[in-house]
Amino acid sequence: MNFRKYLKVYKKFLHTSLASELEYKTNILVDLITAILSLVGSIFLLSIFFQNNGYIGGWKFEQALIIQAIYTILNGITNTWFNPNLTEIVKHIREGTLDFVLLKPIDSQFFISLKKINPSGFLEIMLGFLLLFFCIKINQINLNLSFLTLSLITISCSICILYSLWFFISTTTIWFVKTWNAIEVLRSFLYIGRFPLNSFSFSLRIFFSVFIPIAFITTIPSEVFLGLSVLWKILLEVIVATVFLINSRKFWLFALKFYSSASS
Amino acid sequence: MVQNIIDVRNLSKSFDISSKEPGLKGTIKHFFRRQTKSLKVIKDISFEIKEGEIVGFLGANGAGKTTILKMLCGLIYPSEGSILVSGYLPFRRKENFLKNITLIMGQKQQLIWDLPPIESFYLNASIYDLDKFEAKKRIKKLSEMLEIDEELFIPVRKLSLGQRMKSELLAALIHEPNILFLDEPTLGLDINAQRNLRKFLQKYNKETNATICLTSHYMKDITSLCKRVICVHEGAISYDGKLNLLLKKLSPVKEILIVCRTEEDAIKLENSGFTVKNKINNEITIKIENNSITSSLKTILNNFDIEDLFINEPPIDEVIGKVLIKNNYDI
Repeated sequence: MNFRKYLKVYKKFLHTSLASELEYKTNILVDLITAILSLVGSIFLLSIFFQNNGYIGGWKFEQALIIQAIYTILNGITNTWFNPNLTEIVKHIREGTLDFVLLKPIDSQFFISLKKINPSGFLEIMLGFLLLFFCIKINQINLNLSFLTLSLITISCSICILYSLWFFISTTTIWFVKTWNAIEVLRSFLYIGRFPLNSFSFSLRIFFSVFIPIAFITTIPSEVFLGLSVLWKILLEVIVATVFLINSRKFWLFALKFYSSASS
Repeated sequence: MVQNIIDVRNLSKSFDISSKEPGLKGTIKHFFRRQTKSLKVIKDISFEIKEGEIVGFLGANGAGKTTILKMLCGLIYPSEGSILVSGYLPFRRKENFLKNITLIMGQKQQLIWDLPPIESFYLNASIYDLDKFEAKKRIKKLSEMLEIDEELFIPVRKLSLGQRMKSELLAALIHEPNILFLDEPTLGLDINAQRNLRKFLQKYNKETNATICLTSHYMKDITSLCKRVICVHEGAISYDGKLNLLLKKLSPVKEILIVCRTEEDAIKLENSGFTVKNKINNEITIKIENNSITSSLKTILNNFDIEDLFINEPPIDEVIGKVLIKNNYDI
């Protein structure tokens, strides 16, 4: 793979999608306001849960805020990259414009996963990081190299798992043509990821760890922040992320053999 | 000797198609138990195309023309048979193969809707690994050939269909491919835009010796661009050869309108043994076989007092229309 070329193409992707979004100023403004209100609303909801209970599932409010911060960062990444690109796959397949992607001398998964960005998602990522720094302060977390490395690894793995799940569902469009609902279900599961895994019943915990690994996405990175993590969980998250990423790639290449393009 | 650039042998393609009965009952049945059947849309076809050739694919809607083009450029996997394009198996979509080809579809677009076309051109240039200087040079050259200038800097959504199509062509040709697959490129364009596009394709073919495979329902596209046509009927090739031979075969007679000096001459001509289509006063229309036109006209001019005459070619659309409903032309 020619990395210099891919970097050059990605710069062009950034440039063209920013320029496209900036054509509609009001839309950007509304998106930015929505991002702020959504975070304020989420923190307010969380504070209501903790009003009468000091602890939920063994987590204090200040600790649960870390999950909210990581959720906000991930949601920002979702809104910046996954939402504009991966929902477009369905459109590409239904309308047959995937033809243009497949005929370019560039990796098709790279192209359809990164072509667009939604700049308003950046604000959400920034707000998430601001909340995370605030949580580090109020929870008196000691910032050291091993902590930063582990946080980076677990958050990167979370992004990989989320991307792979979303990409996997979008790929099934090649057979099922319309899969909006499945993506909405995934988004609702991600919404659940704002709460500590321990706050759910045993059966739900198993479901969210084994079948739809939402638990890995927010809870494990949060445990790293609180010093509650155990090595096997982090290793497991790395393994799950690697397996998901490799399989999403294999699944895409397999699915393309069944692509029949749209009729003209 | 000119090399074959496309080689297709015993190619077939089947699709699984689901069908639904009408009404609520049919909808519910379709939802719970979808009935699919395998439909063979391309049936055991073989052909070769030489480098630099312009070949038109003719056929009715649903005959399989677009499916053939999509298999040739590697978008659809064939069910049976083999395809070699420029020495590559298209469905493997190797980088060097993709750099050699392009697909232009009249009804689909790749330009970024909210931005001027120039942004899409530079994006494509980076995908094809062209540096900025080379990209600029090619954009300049192609925009001159396509006669577009200011349009390059206007958002695509504000361009007319003709301007958009020219920009689509530029975006699709920036990497200077030597095989062009065009699927109804003039669809929806006005007469002038169609003519300009045809002129451009002729020029591009002449200057670069590019091979062009074209499907179109506008007969003018086919007649002005293609010497060779491949007629597709229900997934099979019904004719593969020169366009003029096909036209001769399909239309063996010409109609000649003869204006005689007097009505008596017209009556004399009417009774002289020619096949008469109609006669109005001193004007008479006769049908003459293509291979006897010269001798028949000599006889008429020598024996009758003729004021004027017109040789009418049958409308090409009408002639080609026969291809769309018939099968097997043994030329």
